[in-house]
Amino acid sequence: MSRVPLPELPGRIPDSQSERRLTAIRREAAEKGTVSTQGIVPAGAPFPRATPETGYYGVPLLKEPQLKPEVPVYFFVGGAAGASAVIANMANWISNDRELVRNARWIAAGGGALSSALLIKDLGMPSRFLNMLRVFKPQSAMSMGAWTVSAFSSFSAASAFANLAQQKLGKSLPVTIIENAASLLAAATGVVMSSYTGVLIGATVIPVWNENISTLPLHFAASGMNCAVSALELLGSENSRALNLLGMSASAYEVYEGIELETKRNRVNEPLRKGWSGAIVRAGGVLSGPVPLALRLAYAVSGNKKFRRAAAWSSIAGSLLTRFGWVHAGRASARDHRIPLELLEEAPEVKKNSHQIALQKPA
Amino acid sequence: MSTTAFLTDSTLCIGCKACEVACKEWNQLDADGYEWSGLSYDNTMAVGHSTWRHVKFVENTPEIGLGGNAAEQLPAWGFSSDVCKHCEVAGCLEACPTGAIVRMDFGAVYIQPDICNGCAYCVVSCPFGVVEKNQDDGRAFKCTFCSDRQSAGLQPACAKACPTESIKFGKLDSLREEAQVRLEVLKSRGVDDAMIYDPVDTSVKGIHAMFLLRGDPRSYNLPPNPEVPTTYLKKGWQSAAVAAGAMLGATLLAFLGGKR
Repeated sequence: MSRVPLPELPGRIPDSQSERRLTAIRREAAEKGTVSTQGIVPAGAPFPRATPETGYYGVPLLKEPQLKPEVPVYFFVGGAAGASAVIANMANWISNDRELVRNARWIAAGGGALSSALLIKDLGMPSRFLNMLRVFKPQSAMSMGAWTVSAFSSFSAASAFANLAQQKLGKSLPVTIIENAASLLAAATGVVMSSYTGVLIGATVIPVWNENISTLPLHFAASGMNCAVSALELLGSENSRALNLLGMSASAYEVYEGIELETKRNRVNEPLRKGWSGAIVRAGGVLSGPVPLALRLAYAVSGNKKFRRAAAWSSIAGSLLTRFGWVHAGRASARDHRIPLELLEEAPEVKKNSHQIALQKPA
Repeated sequence: MSTTAFLTDSTLCIGCKACEVACKEWNQLDADGYEWSGLSYDNTMAVGHSTWRHVKFVENTPEIGLGGNAAEQLPAWGFSSDVCKHCEVAGCLEACPTGAIVRMDFGAVYIQPDICNGCAYCVVSCPFGVVEKNQDDGRAFKCTFCSDRQSAGLQPACAKACPTESIKFGKLDSLREEAQVRLEVLKSRGVDDAMIYDPVDTSVKGIHAMFLLRGDPRSYNLPPNPEVPTTYLKKGWQSAAVAAGAMLGATLLAFLGGKR
């Protein structure tokens, strides 16, 4: 009979600690006639618990925002378009830079049309977009937003096309009246376009959003203004002193906002500092605040247009990243069960575990 | 029609999940798949677009994570069937921009599936994490309070299927009284940690699906202070007004300044 070689089993290497423990067990058994075990720690332990200290196994209480990427892109486009309509109207009244007025109106009109398209595409049932317009609900920020987008895109398009018509077909008084009235109405709805998205996400149950509702509309308005100014500069209005001043004030506000967010170090604001969402929010903040402010100051001192162009690109990128960052932070915030359950500061964060794998729905 | 309600008595629940099955069958909801959570007997985890009743298994062992004997203490094992709360002031209903979410004459918060356009704003407006958008279908769904059955004079499917009458269905006012009576009975029997979950003192102003629980509602994933998000609106629109003023003012000043 031939010997079958034993398979190589992974074994423990005895050391002084293990041998001491065995001796201790023997001594305890000899002295007391019983041994109190230390127990075994199963793989994966410690397990999530359902207690007043930990919540229900760490399962998220709130549902994550189910927003498609179209939504942060819409926040970005709509914010810039709204601010652009404001610039168009003010420039029309005060300055004689006709090219700036024309460009600003086209940015507003194009942005308004794109905003509507993005919003419709985001809906789970795009064919039912018009259902948004069957009610007017002041207590619903989404309803107010739908009406604002509809009004804004109509007014901004009217002012841009009226302007085009006069260029091609010659001056006419009724068309001029329409153009200027539409321009004014576009500016009036434009300020709402740029800021209401902050109310939209702020007036929700998502902790990191509602915690910051009193600054989010200002933050988004500044971001939209920054982006509108930059887009106009890149379209050729590189010599406008007014735009540089506006860009500087918007960037200065973003610097202030960044300091506010970084110094409010409570647990609700954690997603603005930690993880992917924190990285995106911070990158967006740096690119829309200190970087363009410094570049614009450098332009003001040196007169080198390269600085101004770099500031414009930085602001646009920062504005887009800011919106993605906030949406992402909302998702992370919804996953944190500790805040709605008002758990203690030291309640452990739940690690990636089997129950979270189970929660992932198949795509 | 008078306002109806659920009273879910967790001290009577045996965790049989008959309510989950009855709900899925009556409402013809999709299956959730066969994922195992490893968390007690709860493999459903939460209510969602295709799960309108969900039995929670609240296991309180003395030393979780350590094997061996549990010494003198025996583990406490509580069950509770979760459902849409049909809030007195409902966040989803306030937020819905299409008017798809309505209040039925018997007090239910109901999503009209032929109006909902899937904007998903209700999802982030529910302080209990109940409403969810079905990504395949595109619309949001939640418990209808068996509005179809109630309209026909019948009780909801879950309440009818519950074998221990843990899920009680009736008029809101009388159920509130019944909950108090039951609480007194439990306390007199020595169940000191029994409590009624019905957040009437918050902006939700009370719920039409009350719970009788043991211990702290947080072990059941129920928020101690749920808030309707419309309470934040005032601050938000004030900030938006300031933002509008700042935009107009800054642009005006910049163009006046830039002219010089």
